[in-house]
Amino acid sequence: MKEIWIIASRELNSFFNSLMAYILLIAFLGFSGFFTWISGADVFLVGQANMQSFFGIAYWTLFFFIPGLTMGLLSEETRSGTIELLLTKPVSDWQVLAGKFLSTLVLICIALAFTLPYYITIATLGPLDHGSVWTGYLGLILMSASYISIGLFASSISKNQIVAFLSALLIGIFFHIIFGVLSGNFNGFLGGIFSYLSLSTHFESISRGVIDTKDLIYFFSLIAIPMILAQSMLARRRF
Amino acid sequence: MDIIVENLTKIYGTQRAVDNISFKVHTGEVLGFLGPNGAGKTTTMKAITSYLVPNKGDIHVGEFSVIEQPEEVKKHIGYLPENNPLYNDMPVVDYLRFVARIQGIDKSRIYGRILEMVKLCGLEGEKHKKIAELSKGYKQRVGLAQALIHDPEVLILDEPTSGLDPNQIIEIRDLIRTIGREKTVILSSHILAEVEATCDRILIISKGKIVADGTPENLRKKVQGQEMLKFTIEDGGKNDITTALQKIQSIDWVNPVSGSDIRFEIQSKPNTSSRRAIFETCVKNNWVLTEMVVVETKLEDIFHELTMN
Repeated sequence: MKEIWIIASRELNSFFNSLMAYILLIAFLGFSGFFTWISGADVFLVGQANMQSFFGIAYWTLFFFIPGLTMGLLSEETRSGTIELLLTKPVSDWQVLAGKFLSTLVLICIALAFTLPYYITIATLGPLDHGSVWTGYLGLILMSASYISIGLFASSISKNQIVAFLSALLIGIFFHIIFGVLSGNFNGFLGGIFSYLSLSTHFESISRGVIDTKDLIYFFSLIAIPMILAQSMLARRRF
Repeated sequence: MDIIVENLTKIYGTQRAVDNISFKVHTGEVLGFLGPNGAGKTTTMKAITSYLVPNKGDIHVGEFSVIEQPEEVKKHIGYLPENNPLYNDMPVVDYLRFVARIQGIDKSRIYGRILEMVKLCGLEGEKHKKIAELSKGYKQRVGLAQALIHDPEVLILDEPTSGLDPNQIIEIRDLIRTIGREKTVILSSHILAEVEATCDRILIISKGKIVADGTPENLRKKVQGQEMLKFTIEDGGKNDITTALQKIQSIDWVNPVSGSDIRFEIQSKPNTSSRRAIFETCVKNNWVLTEMVVVETKLEDIFHELTMN
């Protein structure tokens, strides 16, 4: 629907005008480049022709950067009052949320696209499993979409951007690491639940090249549920 | 497009911000909302623009209800919210383009409409600046431009001249008057003189209820029951004049103006006029009447009286 794109393109322009986009790109590519090629578990240390070094660092950098991108999406509009302007235009709450979601996802995809040279380079260094690279990127995109959705919800609950940022991180950390740790501490049924809730389980599964419906359902739920909650926060303003 | 508000009630927690308000606005009419802060003006406007959902009652904009068909209502309204929120990081033209697209204006017409709005609102010199760089007056004009760009049949303007200098206020006032002829306009203001100059009808709201509804002249008549006169009589002694005036049948009370021996204030009894009697008294006593003015109840006083109980 074109209204979604109108809102998304405005938001995307705003990212670049505010230099947010450039800071994200430089930081993300900086970390990615450093930890993929120079230090940590870099490609040369590991000695295998795969993108795991990159995916490993991106798993963490995106987790921290995305709340920074999403923190202002709704809270700034509420604080400045432009939310009132937006919601009295002929657009629905969903179109507004979808537009903001889309703009952030596009920005992340642009950042990921800049890492394609890594893929091309490693492919010339050794036998690379191309399928696992594409599923790895898919895993990153699904993970990013989940955190964007959580970040959008966090931005909808407060006028204060810092609160939005910290809430997104706080919620995210459970899915990113805490559930994973808990699943290791428990066996049987409880361990199974924590394992399913943990994002690392599904991310690793997809990165390995297996696209299971279980994983897709997980990600789509993690994307959909915060968006629904964000919409109900927007609707509350009306009453 | 007519606006019909029926039994509108809006409650915040335990407070009735808007308490069972009903009124109508017709096409071509410019209605002014007056009221103290917190009276319910902005809440009523937010309900009309479908931003807020009423607790009770309904509002019809044309044939559309704000409860049943809010999307249709929004298409026909141009809204300038209180405090004029804008996207400060965008240049003026980009912002207007965004609003035009969101309002559904045909792609081919957008460029033309933007230029028209820039001209209409006097933004020619500022159109490439970022909104954050504009002065308050120009920001206000941008707010008006975005409300007008899709040529809506209904305009809801919350304090449209807030922050403008006297020249700009006159320009915007004229603009509203011109546009108002074919549209339905509701505007709110604290500046009573401006409401009087721009509006055909005034609604005074206080504590969520309508306390007055009428044209400025009708409101004056309603509140100003009795004639009040101020005049200056020379060549007479203060006490003699006061006594003579009190003897006039149609006069209710006499007040010498403090600090002066020759200036007086009187109020006539209901439905009488004392001007001729005063003149004749002066002639009889060889006093000279050098000034006589009918005191018109100021709109401020009407406002004060109606909203301070």
